[in-house]
Amino acid sequence: MLGKLDWSAIPFDQPIPLVAGGVVLVAILAVLAWVVVKGHLPYLWNEWITSVDHKRIGVMYVLLASVMLLRGGSDAIMMRIQQAVAYQSQGYLPPEHYNQIFSAHGTIMIFFVAMPFVIGLMNLIVPLQLGVRDVAFPTLNSVGFWLTATGALLVNISLVVGEFARTGWLAFPPLSELSYSPGVGVDYYAWSLQISGVGTLVAGINLVTTVLKLRTKGMNYLRMPMFCWTTLASNLLIVAAFPILTATLAMLLLDRYLGFHFFTNEAGGNVMMFMNLIWAWGHPEVYILVLPAFGIFSEVVSTFSGKALFGYRSMVLATMAICVISFMVWLHHFFTMGAGPNVNAIFGIASMIIAVPTGVKIYNWLFTMYGGRIRFATPMLWAIGFMVTFIIGGLTGVLLAVPPADFILHNSMFLVAHFHNVIIGGVLFGAFAGFEYWFPKAFGFRLDERWGKAAFWFTFTGFFVTFMPLYIVGLLGMTRRMQHYDVAAWRPWMIVAAIGMAVLTIGVICQIVQIVVSVRNREALRDRTGDPWDGRSLEWATSSPPPVFNFAFNPDVRGEDAYWDMKAKARNEALAADRPEYQDIEMPRNSPTGFVCAFFATIMGFALIWHIWWMVILGGLGAWATFVLFAWRDHDEYVIPAAEVAAIDRVNLEERRGLVSMAGTV
Amino acid sequence: MAMTATAGHAHADPHHIGLVIEHPGPAPKRIVTAYGFWIFLLSDIVMFSCFFAAYAVLVGQTADGPKGSEIFEPRYVAIETVCLLLSSFTCGMASIAADVRNRFWFYLSMSVTCVLGLIFLVLEFREFADLIARGYGPSRSAFLTAFFSLVGCHGLHVSAGVLWLLTMMAQVFAKGFRADILRRMTCFALFWHALDIIWVAVFSVVYLLGSGV
Ligand code: HEM
Ligand SMILES: [Cu+2]
Repeated sequence: MLGKLDWSAIPFDQPIPLVAGGVVLVAILAVLAWVVVKGHLPYLWNEWITSVDHKRIGVMYVLLASVMLLRGGSDAIMMRIQQAVAYQSQGYLPPEHYNQIFSAHGTIMIFFVAMPFVIGLMNLIVPLQLGVRDVAFPTLNSVGFWLTATGALLVNISLVVGEFARTGWLAFPPLSELSYSPGVGVDYYAWSLQISGVGTLVAGINLVTTVLKLRTKGMNYLRMPMFCWTTLASNLLIVAAFPILTATLAMLLLDRYLGFHFFTNEAGGNVMMFMNLIWAWGHPEVYILVLPAFGIFSEVVSTFSGKALFGYRSMVLATMAICVISFMVWLHHFFTMGAGPNVNAIFGIASMIIAVPTGVKIYNWLFTMYGGRIRFATPMLWAIGFMVTFIIGGLTGVLLAVPPADFILHNSMFLVAHFHNVIIGGVLFGAFAGFEYWFPKAFGFRLDERWGKAAFWFTFTGFFVTFMPLYIVGLLGMTRRMQHYDVAAWRPWMIVAAIGMAVLTIGVICQIVQIVVSVRNREALRDRTGDPWDGRSLEWATSSPPPVFNFAFNPDVRGEDAYWDMKAKARNEALAADRPEYQDIEMPRNSPTGFVCAFFATIMGFALIWHIWWMVILGGLGAWATFVLFAWRDHDEYVIPAAEVAAIDRVNLEERRGLVSMAGTV
Repeated sequence: MAMTATAGHAHADPHHIGLVIEHPGPAPKRIVTAYGFWIFLLSDIVMFSCFFAAYAVLVGQTADGPKGSEIFEPRYVAIETVCLLLSSFTCGMASIAADVRNRFWFYLSMSVTCVLGLIFLVLEFREFADLIARGYGPSRSAFLTAFFSLVGCHGLHVSAGVLWLLTMMAQVFAKGFRADILRRMTCFALFWHALDIIWVAVFSVVYLLGSGV
């Protein structure tokens, strides 16, 4: 009846996950109760859960990422403490528990923090920058988000019901095969990624179509803001790479569930095939994450230097070059596995070539700043911090791309330091920069600068104190994923790293405080102009938060830096003297499809993990029925009457007149 | 696309190439939908290519089990192929019928497409059932694993296509040739033709090459 599920699935003997899970459960129930009692449920349901508005969905993505960042962060803290104390002792974590933690940490950070964070920001901003009303497929957008949430939920369920994979974040076979991992951990891993992977693919298709087919009048390719370009590149990579992940995980699941032999040791299965497939997805994946961050830095650096982006066209070229080359280097992840010197050399050189367009980008940002009027607001701090940090990460990457060096450093803490260097210093800093930069756009008030700067400095320092020692212990021969060790020389560095982790944690706390303080002072921080940073692209041309329809009229773009040009023009002509007639606007209707679908997907995923077959069928039928019902509906749009559009737009214009008279003084 | 000389927007063309192609604005829904669906199809093809790659890697790993040439039945596969290719033709007919809003021809061509698809599925199912009955199931060897997965993945797609096809007929029946229904019909047709293309690859890589070995 319940498949493999019984009471032994709940780890009554392990206090840590049980207590943690219990606390979270109580917190969730408390929030739910509060929502219901206070009568917020209809609001939540109508305005957020069923919303197909790209801005709302973007915000929900970022919220999901932030919550999961705390979850993944707690894993990180536990690991750093373990390695600090586990010198010639067992430490405080039992080995199989430690293995689950590092696997969950990697999985969560990549799939449920970095991915939703960048996808959320792209969702929120790209249609605004393109000057259009929504993404190409609004309802599908909501489905994509909720499926991602399903994946995150399943990973968290594994904390209290059953276990998570102990195989690392990429579940290499044969360790992840049934014979070596008979528990449900790998199944949790594979199904949550499989389900959220569908969500990611949907988001990717949606954003590619949006950028290529929905641009406002005059928004030629070479007038798109840099962030739109990197979004395009990143989502092209999603569309090309995520199906590989889907296929690979499907093969692993077939091996585990039906006794197939893709990657087994018996009957001719081939483990190296897994390595090739997973890294053919995995390497592009790191660029899926970092390209949008590059885009954010481009926007931030140019806005806060008060200058157009230097070398815009070379930037576009570099972006697309990275997009293409990132597909040709996957083998550098297994130089040591016997492909032979020639193959290794080719992939080593290909890997180093990526450093060229990346370097082009760095120089362009520097030249943008050169001679500009730089304002050191919080987003700009993150951008500058990134440039310093990422150069180190890029250089160590190039070092790793030298096959002989990699033979020594592979699977060492040096590698761990490298990818944290690029992922934290690149992706996460970018996400934070974007968060600080676009928060006023999304919510209509700014974030507190003092706490923001404190958060930056603690995170920045904490990052270096944590990860530079890891380079050193890597060079001293420490391998990754060690549960405990006996080498005295490593000990001090592990303690330093743990201290760094504490500093990093303060940074995170500052960021939370920043949000709380800003929400409290939101009246004082209110941004009425819609353009708090004196921005250059179209998202600043509408009010904050933007109306559902984003723009009353499709803007007409006449050059790069669309909004900057408009402002310059407006200063001469006084803003918008003659506007054409307002017209009715059709917007997509809200729909519970995404939420309901994800509900059934959660049931189905859970049932698959525990082999509860009747429930699998139920969940599958439910998800399918939801889609048929959705396909059957007759009206998927509603009309906002011209009068209402006019009323909303006039308020915005009034505020903006004030801005025009102020422009130039900022 | 409207072409405008530079004169009007001098600063839009900083490099003075001479001509600026002004982007006319968001594309109409019909185009956006079909375009998005195309991209989905491309990603689906990427997924298939992984299974093709797996097949290529594992084709020799028979673990003392049968080789392809010992188990393939070229005659059945030929019938399957003919069915699928014909169904692509009738699916095209259905698209045309939908375009000119001719219900009779639409239902007729969709029905024929459906029947052809079902014949294909039945033949494939028989092939699989027969192999499993002889003890040559997918867990027999890595080669059979790859074979069943690749061909089965295509079969699953065809099954989904048949379900979709029936839904399309029901939708036209209930709602007529509305713009949104026609958009879906375009996507369905793209899907069905893509399956055909993938089958040609399966047929060549698995059966034609395999029978020779
Ligand atoms: C100039 C650019 C880069 C080069 C040349 C480079 C090179 C490499 C090499 C050779 C490895 C494999 C090391 C080994 O396993 O022995 C590696 C690992 C890794 N890199 Fe990079 N990298 C670069 C940029 C990036 C970026 C931008 C990211 C992420 C945003 C990234 C994320 C990772 C991750 C996650 C791993 C480790 C995966 C694992 O084994 O678990 N790298 N890099
Ligand atoms: Cu790589």
